[in-house]
This record gives sequence, structure tokens and C-alpha cells, in this order.
Amino acid sequence: MSAPYLEIKGLKKSFSLKPVLRGIDLFLDQGERMALLGANGAGKTTLLRILAGLIKPGAGTVYIGGWDIEREAQQVRHLVGFVAHQPYLYDELTALENLLFFGRMYAVKQARERATGMLQRVGLSRYAGERTGALSRGQQQRLALARGLLHSPRLLLLDEPNTGLDDEGDQLLEALLHEHTELDGTILFTTHNLERALKFSDHISMLGGGRVAYQQETGGLELSGIRQAYQEVLR
Amino acid sequence: MTFLEQVLAILWKDIRCELRNKHTWTGMGLFALLVLVIFNFAFDLRVDNKAAIAPGALWVSFVFASLLGLGRTIAAEREEGSMDRLLLCPVDRKAIYLAKLLGNVLFIGVVEIVALPIFAALFDVPLFAGALLPIVLLGTLGIATIGTLFSAMASATQARELLLPVLVFPLIVPVVIGAVRATGALMVPAANEPPWLGLIAAFDVIFLSASMLTFEYVVEE
Repeated sequence: MSAPYLEIKGLKKSFSLKPVLRGIDLFLDQGERMALLGANGAGKTTLLRILAGLIKPGAGTVYIGGWDIEREAQQVRHLVGFVAHQPYLYDELTALENLLFFGRMYAVKQARERATGMLQRVGLSRYAGERTGALSRGQQQRLALARGLLHSPRLLLLDEPNTGLDDEGDQLLEALLHEHTELDGTILFTTHNLERALKFSDHISMLGGGRVAYQQETGGLELSGIRQAYQEVLR
Repeated sequence: MTFLEQVLAILWKDIRCELRNKHTWTGMGLFALLVLVIFNFAFDLRVDNKAAIAPGALWVSFVFASLLGLGRTIAAEREEGSMDRLLLCPVDRKAIYLAKLLGNVLFIGVVEIVALPIFAALFDVPLFAGALLPIVLLGTLGIATIGTLFSAMASATQARELLLPVLVFPLIVPVVIGAVRATGALMVPAANEPPWLGLIAAFDVIFLSASMLTFEYVVEE
């Protein structure tokens, strides 16, 4: 049996002596999708930021694709795509320039073709020359999705990726996630929407009290069952 | 992607962003000019005290204008969350530091190019363009080296505007003293002057090395 693509063991993190994560254990195989639920302040974003290499774990180990995120951070960064609820783009650059810049940062081959293709995929081709700051919030989030997928990451981390997206954008996100897993990509995403969590994921995990309070495969799960479990975790 | 390509890509991005919003350059330039004008009116300039006052006024205007710009470059990254995006990329942290440093030297340099002729006119001193160039270059590099590192540190805090000068001023004292004295020596050559340029260059090398090594720990929590 092969090792999980994402392997988190005993992960702890504190901020100013306040523990946020008190020992997280999570495993995700290649090609799987996991929804991460929890109340505000449960540590979902902190967990994603640790996986993305933006903050260092306090204790525990994390392996992505067999690489240790602390000791082999640069290798891990090539594998991870991160889309947060903020677009994290440069307002002064155009949509195309943003993608070209990040393409260079990730050493994407044929970056211009890839960037143009991604703009087309997220429906922003005609805004390629527009400054990002002039785009609407939803368009910026689409561009952020394009940026997150630009380097074909193996693990996609999405922190409330629906922020600012309209119905059409939601459908686009759904299609992109589907394409990503079709290509054997792995996804971990946070959401507060239980319906979306059930629809898009193979596993659901809920954080509570700094630990994984609930974990279940979605096959055979009913929305009412998740709702009940969520209420118990929130209590 | 080589180290140099990473540096150039980030520098290109910073220059392009700055050329489009112009906040930093215009703010720094206006500030430097205002300081020079105020100093010009505040002091009773005479032929015998000009050499004592003018170099100080010049470097005070450069230092204050630099701090104004330094505070903005990385703070803008932090505010927009783009520093995270940069840190997410598989880019050498030293490349990020070097690109930010070169950007700062460039931004400060442009302001200095504009301010220098105005300084020469207001204080009625010759420009010494050739001899002043290495002093300005090394002095600016010293200020930017320290300033880039500490602006990254200060930008992660709430009181960044207050913290940046408090952290930077004490450390750049040797550079400012060296630059002021070297500039003064151009106006009134003195015997037995210490090698100020050498002192500034040594300072630059030491702090550039230390900053390159520590930048990663400053930006990565």
C-alpha cells in the first residue's frame, strides 16, 4: 500500500502562547478531495497556511508527496497551489502580467501560452490587458484560481475559494476542481457550506478545539448527518 | 530559473508596479525637496559655515526620504497579501531580499538625482558630480540594506511607521556620519581625514551579508 499523498501527524501550532492546533492527524491519498469544516477560529486557515509553507508548524510532521514541508520546503512549494479567499494579486499589473510573473516564479515552461490558456479557461481572455485592480471582485477571484492552477500543482489548497464568485463562477470552480482530480490532483478546501462540502469532497473533516473532531468519507453520508455532526463539533 | 532570473523578475514587477502607481517616488521626491528647502531657510548660511551645514542637510533629506519609501515597499506587499504569494513561490528568499534592495536603491537613487541639483542651487555649492557619485551610491546602499531588512520586520507589526525609524536610525549612524563627512571633505578638503568611503563600503558589505542570511527568518514568521 502506497503512502498517503498528504500526511499530517501530531501537528501543533500556537500564536502568542495561545494554542490553535493541538495535534492534528490527517491523511489524504492522491486524487482525493477533502473538505475542512469548522467554526471561525477553529484553525482551518492556519492549517492551510502551514501546508502552503507560509508558517512553520510548532510541532508534528507534515509530508506532501513524500517531501517534508520544513526540511524540503522548496520542493513542496512546486507541488502546492494555494488559493485563499483574498486574491493575492498585484493590482498594478494586468491580468496577463500577473500570470506571467507567477509563471516565471514557478518556472512554468511556455509560460505565455499557459497563462493565455488559463485566462481563457477562467473566462477572462478579454480582460488580459486590464489592470487587476480594475477587475471586479469575482473576476479577481477567477484570476486567483488561474494563478493557483498555473503551475499544475499536485496538491491544491483552497481557503473558502467561493468568496466573491457568482453562480457562473461557482460552476467554473466546480469544473476546475473536477478537472484537477481527473488529472489525479489532490484537493483540500475549507468551506462553511455543508452542502458544498458534501458535493465536492470524498472526505469531510471538522476541526474543533484544535483537533480533528470528526472525519468521515462522504460516500453514503446524508446532509442531515453532516449537519448534526457539525452542530456537535460547534458545541 | 536561476537566482539572477528570480531577482530580475521580482525587480521588474516592483518597477512596473511603482511606475504605474508612482506613490513612492512622488512622496519621497517631494519630501526630500521640502527638507532641503526648510533647511535652506532655517539656517543662516554663510560662506564660512556652508561646508558644515550643507552635507548634513543633504543627507538628512536623503535619509528621511529613504525611510518614507522603504516603509512602503514591503508594507505594500504585506497589505495586499502579495508577500504571501511571493513566499509561496519556490523562490530563494535571498533573491526576494536582493530584488527588494535593488528596487529600493533604484527608487532612492532617482529621488537623489532629482534632489542633488536643487541642493546645489539652494545651498550655492558645486555639484561635485564625479566625486559625489561613489559617496551617494555607497551611502544609499547602506541605508537601503538596513532599511529593506527592517522594513520587512516592521511591516509585520501594527506600529510599522513608528518602528521602522526606531530600528533603522541607530544602525545607519555609521553610514550617515561617513557620508556627511565624506561629502563635507569634498567642499573643504581636510588633512588626515579617515577613509570615510572605505568605512561605508565595509559597513555595506557586513550588513548586506547579515541581511541576506537573516531575511528568510524575518519574513517567514
